[in-house]
Amino acid sequence: MGFLNYHPSRLTKSFLKKGFLTIFMYAVGIVMLLPFIWMISSSLKYEVDVFKFPIEWIPRRFNAVANYTAVWAGRYPFGMFYLNSIKVLVLRVTSDLVTSALAAYGFARLRFKGRDVIFLLYLGSMMIPHQMLFIPRFVMFRWLGIYNTLWAVALPGMFTAFGVFLLRQYFITIPFELSEAARIDGANEFQIFSRVIVPLAKPALASLAILTSVWSWNDYQGPLIMLSDIKLYTIPLGLTTYMDEHGTQQVSLIMAAATSAILPMLLIFLAAQKHFVRGIATAGLKG
Amino acid sequence: MISGIGGLRYVGLQNYRDLPLDVWFTDSLKNNLVYTLVVIPTSLIISLFVALVLNDKIFAPKPVRTMFFIPYIANIVAVSAVWMALYHPKYGPINAFLRTIGIDNPPEWLASTTWALPAIMIMNIWGGLGYNSVIYLAGLQTIPKELYEAAEIDGVNGWTRLRHVTLPMLTPTIFFLLITGIIGSFQLFGQVNIMTQGGPGRATTVLAYYMYVSGFRYFQMGYAASIAWVLFGIVFIVTLFQWRGQKRWTEYL
Repeated sequence: MGFLNYHPSRLTKSFLKKGFLTIFMYAVGIVMLLPFIWMISSSLKYEVDVFKFPIEWIPRRFNAVANYTAVWAGRYPFGMFYLNSIKVLVLRVTSDLVTSALAAYGFARLRFKGRDVIFLLYLGSMMIPHQMLFIPRFVMFRWLGIYNTLWAVALPGMFTAFGVFLLRQYFITIPFELSEAARIDGANEFQIFSRVIVPLAKPALASLAILTSVWSWNDYQGPLIMLSDIKLYTIPLGLTTYMDEHGTQQVSLIMAAATSAILPMLLIFLAAQKHFVRGIATAGLKG
Repeated sequence: MISGIGGLRYVGLQNYRDLPLDVWFTDSLKNNLVYTLVVIPTSLIISLFVALVLNDKIFAPKPVRTMFFIPYIANIVAVSAVWMALYHPKYGPINAFLRTIGIDNPPEWLASTTWALPAIMIMNIWGGLGYNSVIYLAGLQTIPKELYEAAEIDGVNGWTRLRHVTLPMLTPTIFFLLITGIIGSFQLFGQVNIMTQGGPGRATTVLAYYMYVSGFRYFQMGYAASIAWVLFGIVFIVTLFQWRGQKRWTEYL
């Protein structure tokens, strides 16, 4: 019987259960983050204190300044890696957004023969494990002379099937009446695209921008294969170089480097979670 | 092979004939299979429960979701660096903790042939929880409330509701996660290259890693390419299962 569910003691019971679960899940959440908390905490410590057990979550003695200066102003200035990563990211994100938006517009709003077949084929290309493509890309890029340049790292990410897919799914949901109205007012296709569709698609564009940014920043295998000059290394590679240099001797320094590597993405993510999660969820649901 | 397109030498199918005889290849394949069979089901089941709880069983779920998700946006190199330190057999906090609860000889993790792969598996289950939960949550939110209300009227709740209402409606999501998970798990590379280099011995070598080493360290591009094709073949078969299976095993409204 429905009304029995609203009996006072039942309500308190379910409230308590919910409250207990809440506390439990928050605790689990913190446990999930323990490796990162340890990382940040260690980056602030003297080397000898890093492995003290029981763990000193909040360091009693701080060595943060020395650690971070060593990372940012030492032999391999982290700023250099940051710059490379940023260059690649800007290239990839702007190019991806522009090309994917244009292509998605074509697939979603225009009608032409074979449109859906081509779209499906393009989509199918996403199924190819990207590691398969490293070998041919390596050979091709060397032949083209762009091996060991940042272009070799940026290029593969500048045109993505994923971007086209994500944006097309979104563009399709925009009512066609709006395009029609603009057409009647005398706009040509490109104007419809830039003045009507793009402004309306800002959430999807934001999601794509953020997803692509994170993937670009964290890309490890691509730069690993394409770059041999340490001056061109992006952050993931820079970090590995750092780790090789300092091995297990200087964990606090490595943790400082690792924290520096993650920080930008962490901030972007926290600020724009909504877009990020929505982008992933859309890809998941429609995929 | 790196002498460019003009330097190609045709060896026919020799590479493919060599593969099954190559211990590194068969061990890589074996490790990939073990890894996939352990990580994927575990990850999917735990994430499902996390998503179910976060969906409507706690207050203020969004921060918890964020906390779970953070490993996904962290650099694989950074994460490997941290876990390498955590897993340190003598000084690492994990073993220190195990010793305090009475385990005198905690595993040597990345230095042990039996525990190296499990170590990576644990790390990746941890890392994948957030992403899987978010996708599950999105899927859960597409389940129409009317179904839950109807179930409640029929007196169905708890486990039965889970089995007969929620799970069937979630099958597309589960399917998606299963397939992308399997495909992703066969592409395991970063952690192996950074943390163990396939070792100790051949304990953690995987197909993507062996392909990388063959192609870019020993410059056996042809051989590496044949490994790549095996990888592709596996992924292709799995994807094929998805196309067919999606029609048969998933329910849509």
